Amino acid sequence: MAQVAHADVDHHEPQSFWTKYVFSQDHKVIAIQYALTAILIGLVGLVLSGLMRLQLGFPGGFDFIQNGNYYQFITMHGMIMVVYLLTALFLGGFGNYLIPLMIGARDMAFPLVNMLSVWFYILSVLVLVASFFVPGGPTGAGWTLYPPQAITAGTPGAGLGIVLMLTSLVIFIAAATMGGLNYITTVLQLRAKGMTLMRMPLSVWGIFVGSVLALLAFSALFVGGVMLLLDKVVGSSFFMPAMISMGTQLAYEGGSPILFEHLFWYFGHPEVYIVALPAFGIVSDLMCAHCRKPIFGYRTMVWAILAIGVISFLVWAHHMFVSGMNPYFGFFFATTTLIIAIPTAIKVYNWLLTLWRSSIRLTVPMLFSIGFVSTFLVGGLTGLYLGNVVVDIPLSDTYFVIAHFHLVMGVSTLMVLFGAIYHWFPKVTGRMMNDVLGKLHFWITFLGVYAIFFPMHYLGFMGLPRRYFNYDAFTSIPDSAQAINTFITVAALTVGVAQLLYLFNMAWSYFKGKKANGNPWQATTLEWQTPDTPPVHGNWGATLPQVHRWAYDYSVPGAKQDYLPQNMEPVPAGTGNGKP
Amino acid sequence: MLLAIGLVVVVIGTVLFNFLSPSFTPLASNWGQIDFTLNLTIAMTGIVFVVINLLMAYFVLRYRQQPGKKAAFEPENKKLELWLIGVTAIGVVVLLAPGLFVYSEFVNTPKDALVVEAVAQQWQWSFRLPGQDGEFGKTSISLINFQNPFGIDPEDPNGQDDVLVPGNEIHLPLNRPVKVLLRSKDVLHDFYVPEFRVKMDAIPGAISSLWFTPTKAGTYELACAEYCGLGHHTMRGVVVVEAQQTFQDWVAAQAIFSEEVAEAGTNTGQDPVVVLGQQLAQTKGCLGCHTTDGTPSVGPSWKGLFGKQESLSDGTTVAVDEAYLAESIADPSAKVVENFPPAMPPYTLNEEDLEAIIAYIKSLTGND
Repeated sequence: MAQVAHADVDHHEPQSFWTKYVFSQDHKVIAIQYALTAILIGLVGLVLSGLMRLQLGFPGGFDFIQNGNYYQFITMHGMIMVVYLLTALFLGGFGNYLIPLMIGARDMAFPLVNMLSVWFYILSVLVLVASFFVPGGPTGAGWTLYPPQAITAGTPGAGLGIVLMLTSLVIFIAAATMGGLNYITTVLQLRAKGMTLMRMPLSVWGIFVGSVLALLAFSALFVGGVMLLLDKVVGSSFFMPAMISMGTQLAYEGGSPILFEHLFWYFGHPEVYIVALPAFGIVSDLMCAHCRKPIFGYRTMVWAILAIGVISFLVWAHHMFVSGMNPYFGFFFATTTLIIAIPTAIKVYNWLLTLWRSSIRLTVPMLFSIGFVSTFLVGGLTGLYLGNVVVDIPLSDTYFVIAHFHLVMGVSTLMVLFGAIYHWFPKVTGRMMNDVLGKLHFWITFLGVYAIFFPMHYLGFMGLPRRYFNYDAFTSIPDSAQAINTFITVAALTVGVAQLLYLFNMAWSYFKGKKANGNPWQATTLEWQTPDTPPVHGNWGATLPQVHRWAYDYSVPGAKQDYLPQNMEPVPAGTGNGKP
Repeated sequence: MLLAIGLVVVVIGTVLFNFLSPSFTPLASNWGQIDFTLNLTIAMTGIVFVVINLLMAYFVLRYRQQPGKKAAFEPENKKLELWLIGVTAIGVVVLLAPGLFVYSEFVNTPKDALVVEAVAQQWQWSFRLPGQDGEFGKTSISLINFQNPFGIDPEDPNGQDDVLVPGNEIHLPLNRPVKVLLRSKDVLHDFYVPEFRVKMDAIPGAISSLWFTPTKAGTYELACAEYCGLGHHTMRGVVVVEAQQTFQDWVAAQAIFSEEVAEAGTNTGQDPVVVLGQQLAQTKGCLGCHTTDGTPSVGPSWKGLFGKQESLSDGTTVAVDEAYLAESIADPSAKVVENFPPAMPPYTLNEEDLEAIIAYIKSLTGND
């Protein structure tokens, strides 16, 4: 792909405070706007989880937590974390920052649309937050927002709350679509000379395939959300059957709640891979830089990301095994779900084989990378229970499911997020984050999340249903279940508070962290080879980089240094050049 | 070093917890095969979890950065990767095959199963048996009213002998397969008794089902396992498993639809104001949150309520008289009873309806 080398570097450099930092079209500024907004709303989600755990650990101990607002806490916690934190941070935050830098471009393909995307995202967050302050409060329908209960009396926030939630989602999806179009076009069209697809770092592959999934899957949520909004606001019956609510028959008729479930999960399952695939890609790059060894099986890793992306559209009804859908579907979806385990397992083996015979530096990013492998392993393995339809039947809608999805989606991706921020902080700010605080943060978080989520699986084995305000109505639940819940709460509150260490580290290091050179980790990927750190507008100065090798030339036999940057001139023959 | 220790600690902790922790609820149905598949999965995934974490601990120690030692440059090993794919595929088949085999048994209900209908609503259960003719009468949401809570079509001859169990408790005969047909009057619910292992959502507008054979006599708690609003956690039913004869006796003691229809037309000698109040309580949805049998639900029970001294959320006490009841119906958030949520919507009732509901509440003394 022929490139215009440098003609457009200086023609719309932003000048004012507003165009540099607020209404910026620079992908790096947009990335930071996405990231800071996501982290802020994520903290709200974290506080909500603390409130939930207070009730579960000490039921009835807090007068201000009643069933109505408890169900609102769980709903908003889930929705915020999945959509507004993880999706926004991985695609909008990391995608925006890393893609142009890692492929040697000056910016995204559509900078204005990129700016619109972050402002739509911020608007969607504001609409979401507004729902906390309307009469009736935010929706308490569960993050899955199933009709009919999401829009009928008897569920908290079934008035304005659900309307604002659905509106916020529609706005978010517009943002995600604009972003996704940008990331995909940029990766396909703006790679620097020599940067073939098979020379791209896995971070880019993960974010790229995640973005493709986003474009294809979010439309199902959009459609489902709009139809549900219509059912609520104009009284249509897409999802609403004839039903009685609080003693009176409503005007609805003929709709199907299961239709919503299909639309929702057709989005919902790829959504988890929209979050996971960027994490898989990023952790590969973190590991290699911090153990000085090429990723084991790069081509297989790429094929695994692609295979997981494709198969992720074929597994959605494993969320619906007990929904009352045609039971014969269970055979198909159990099979596809267990098949997706295969490329996923390959990735885990390859991470392990990357560490094998490497030279591991136990830096904070490496600690979190290993923490990722461990927590992703346990979370992914429990997916095998839930995917195997008949084993899922007793476990569905119990705490086993909650343990599974938190480990695989919340905890392990969070490990990657932390590791990635510690890793790229010096590139973004020119300073290192504090090592001692980082290690302390890692240890409390790593051991703490095991304490929180491992015992939770056993609450599921004991049959404890999820989304219960308390278990007072049931006499057959053993005391040990409450003991486990109290233990989990104490662990959760500890881990939650420990994140302050991390926030403090970020803030303090921004001003006072040890100054870093442009490539403190001695990494091979292009973003570390910019002439300026932090990179300036246009990223590369007068000339775009030219790429001569893949992203993993670490410890190449015979080479003078233990890493060869991707844009370094070719090494003379006979000294090993890695992959084509 | 510390990381290796940390990983080993995690492995030891999790394995210990697995063996020391409370286990599955005791099985009380034929679905022991589910337990078998589950235990097989625990064993296999447990081994993988332990092995991979210990390997990582070992690698972290063995391959830590050391002066003079360089990382190996081995970008791929096709043979090893193919072998790993093969082994994983076999592992997947070992889990999936028994799982799908057992599932095929679940999907094929035995022909001789006893059929029971479970009707879910916010936030209680009711049940129906098909009666002598073995056929259920057709139902419709539009036919549901106080006298016909199941919504059975009175024109359908099949419905005349349907056995109606409006309370939360169903009895089942020991050792006979039972197919539970599920439906809902309002939102999604789910029929779940942990000891029986199987569960299934109840959907409004459609009928779903599950089947099991109860193998242990006893009393089991039925939980709703699909979020259904404010009272989801209070929606408790009871399943009593008993000997065949005891079960038959219990069935014989239940009302049947034709009797209910006949009774509705006769004067039972009750005060018509109280009867009106009872009907309103049903149709206005009061009984969705207030029980009449003493069980606290989303709201306080009405049994024995009138004349009581109630403690309110602000610490004061109030005597439950006509004035308090009238106020609480029109403005429920004015005086909320302690330990109950401020969840009740306000109702504007005319004089006659208000008087009737209060009369009904008064009639629910604590003395029966």
